[in-house]
Amino acid sequence: MVKPEQLRNGKKLHISEMLGYGILLLFALSSVAVLVYFIGSIASRGLSSISWTFLTEVPRVGMTEGGIMPAIVGTIYVSLLTLAVSVPLGVGSAIYINEFSSQGLFNRIIRLSIRNIAGVPSIVFGLFGLGLFVAGMKLGQSLLAAAFTLGLMTYPVIVTTAEEALKAVPQSFRDGALALGATRWQAVRHQVLPAAIPGMATGAILGLGRAAGETAPILLTGAAYFLPRLPQGVTDQFMALPYHLFILATQHNQISVVRPLAYGTALVLLALVLLLNGAAIAIRLYYRKSKQW
Amino acid sequence: MEVRRSFHEELQQLIAQLLMMGDMVEQSIAKSIRALKEQNLELARQVVEEDDAIDALELEIEAKCLELIARQQPMAKDLRKIATALKIITDLERIADHACNIAEACLKIGKEPLIKPLVDIPRMAELARGMLKKALDSYANNDVQLAYEVCRADDEVDSLHNQVFRELLTYMMQDPKNIQQATSLLFISSYLERIGDYTTNLAEWLIYMVTGERKKLND
Amino acid sequence: MTCSVINQVAFSIKDLQISYGKEKVIKGIALDIQEKEVTAIIGPSGCGKSTFLKTLNRMIDTVPSSRVTGSICYRGQDIYAASTNVVALRHNVGMVFQKPNPFPKSIFDNIAFGPRLQGVRDKQKLKQIVESSLKRTALWDEVKDRLNSSAFSLSGGQQQRLCIARALAVEPDVILMDEPCSALDPIATAKIEDLIEELRKQYTIIIVTHNMQQAARVSQKTAFFLTGNVIEFGETAKIFTKPKEKKTEDYITGRFG
Repeated sequence: MVKPEQLRNGKKLHISEMLGYGILLLFALSSVAVLVYFIGSIASRGLSSISWTFLTEVPRVGMTEGGIMPAIVGTIYVSLLTLAVSVPLGVGSAIYINEFSSQGLFNRIIRLSIRNIAGVPSIVFGLFGLGLFVAGMKLGQSLLAAAFTLGLMTYPVIVTTAEEALKAVPQSFRDGALALGATRWQAVRHQVLPAAIPGMATGAILGLGRAAGETAPILLTGAAYFLPRLPQGVTDQFMALPYHLFILATQHNQISVVRPLAYGTALVLLALVLLLNGAAIAIRLYYRKSKQW
Repeated sequence: MEVRRSFHEELQQLIAQLLMMGDMVEQSIAKSIRALKEQNLELARQVVEEDDAIDALELEIEAKCLELIARQQPMAKDLRKIATALKIITDLERIADHACNIAEACLKIGKEPLIKPLVDIPRMAELARGMLKKALDSYANNDVQLAYEVCRADDEVDSLHNQVFRELLTYMMQDPKNIQQATSLLFISSYLERIGDYTTNLAEWLIYMVTGERKKLND
Repeated sequence: MTCSVINQVAFSIKDLQISYGKEKVIKGIALDIQEKEVTAIIGPSGCGKSTFLKTLNRMIDTVPSSRVTGSICYRGQDIYAASTNVVALRHNVGMVFQKPNPFPKSIFDNIAFGPRLQGVRDKQKLKQIVESSLKRTALWDEVKDRLNSSAFSLSGGQQQRLCIARALAVEPDVILMDEPCSALDPIATAKIEDLIEELRKQYTIIIVTHNMQQAARVSQKTAFFLTGNVIEFGETAKIFTKPKEKKTEDYITGRFG
């Protein structure tokens, strides 16, 4: 037992602990510092390019003038289409794995496959999409082919987050429904899914953010180098922010001239992704607060 | 592993207290009869005084029983033990009252010479004391056999009482001057007979305590 | 094994054995559960009483490794026969769980869920069912003005009564209760116990409880389970004043635990 009078020199006792704590705090702060510096430098260099024209007009004069509107819209299109592909697929898989399949081995195999999909480099997805969707299914270089490719790529994120969301639904909701004479599907449909939707939405938005920022998969499956108009349909090619940025930064013949435009594009893309992540966080916080169980 | 240890300890204490009360009651009977035989008025007064202590102990045990029921919700055997304690302290208290009555009768007879040598009344008292002792042993040891023996002994007490009654009747008829003392002696005999009956009640409760069956034995 | 309808018996259980994987949790028990009575199941943790309860409406099916042999006849039907309609069985044999588990919905929707599953769509009819179910659990006066607020806005005891009302709404015959008061305070517990007393006029109730005093208070029959066996089964009044078996005596007087 510590003598009562020793209770007062707590500071002395814990000096080494304070030191360790300080070092760890430094590490943690450094990540924030990097992010702030990163956003700051992009913003300071890109902000000058941002204007109404930049956001709403098509690129002109060999992309040295005008705006990036087709790239913004193309990114939004392809991201939404991606969700339309990956959410049904991912949520469906998650429901099956989590709610219906009871075989441990089978589930393990499925989960292993999903984890492996998540580990595939994005350029390989591009190549795969080119082979399967563009050439194999004859979709050509198009929004659709790109969305399928990105959909496959974001699928693991969607499945994993959807499964987490389902797992977070208390077993008692299922038991309660089953005990009232619900079938398993009715229990999932009426009690489990509604409770899991916020979590799934969060995952979907994170997937969206990822899809919006990818270059490699769409490079081979549908993004256009230069297309000063909006895509006419899902089979049309499209411009996308990350690919446009890639071109401005490395492929353009007047790189130093378009550098401010590249930063402007980067800033828009960054803002879009941060906005999506912010929305995901907001949804999560809102539902965590209003969650009642 | 025993889990309700403190409760069972309290139950043991309750049993010990009850046995102590039984012991005091038994002593009262013995003393009152000795006072009668020896015409020891001092001893008789002592019996009357000691009755208060027995009454106090009864209340104490009763409170303890109710407390245990309220706090511990006893079940099965424990419940029966406590219920039995609640019932038999009343009987014990009444037995003590009768011992007290006997002592009071002694005081009434005082020092006047006895009309007859006392044989049967001390014998009854001895029997009644023995019954009580057995009943208490039976409570302490959960022994049904002893309880049944108590009931059988009561028959003997009853027949002794009849005998004493007839004998005293003849004394009264012989000489009306005997009537006052004979009446006192008759009361004493009938108190002892009642003590026997109460002890039988006690034994019935003890049989319930051990077996869970309620039986009437003193028909 | 064949089942026959026995008068006034809701469940007739014979040679029931249940295992989880290799572990046998119920080792061959036989019981006849009387209708319109409260049967309490007591016993130390791990004696198999909750498992037993879950087999009566086949909620044990949700445990993948479980295996049930022997026969459980519910009003003459072997509920483990291949042809059994489990969903229909659960309409007749409702269940109330250890922790109140209302759905994250309104009070109204919680109760209407069961009837809706059975195809009741008529609003007026649903209202009627909700009202009568809440009245039977003495909850109506407490919640009638806020049927649309979340079930989670209720207190724990109210939530549990809501769960009982929810079970009543599908008009069951038997109600299984798995330690329904273990998460409740004494007053809420007393209300549930009053409710059980009221409900037994109309329903057969089987209640698993850790609280022996509760079993003594609410039930007419008591079964004492120990390590997968039924040690003693009989009138509650007998079990708690004069049990036949030494093991029962030792358990209920706390001489082992």
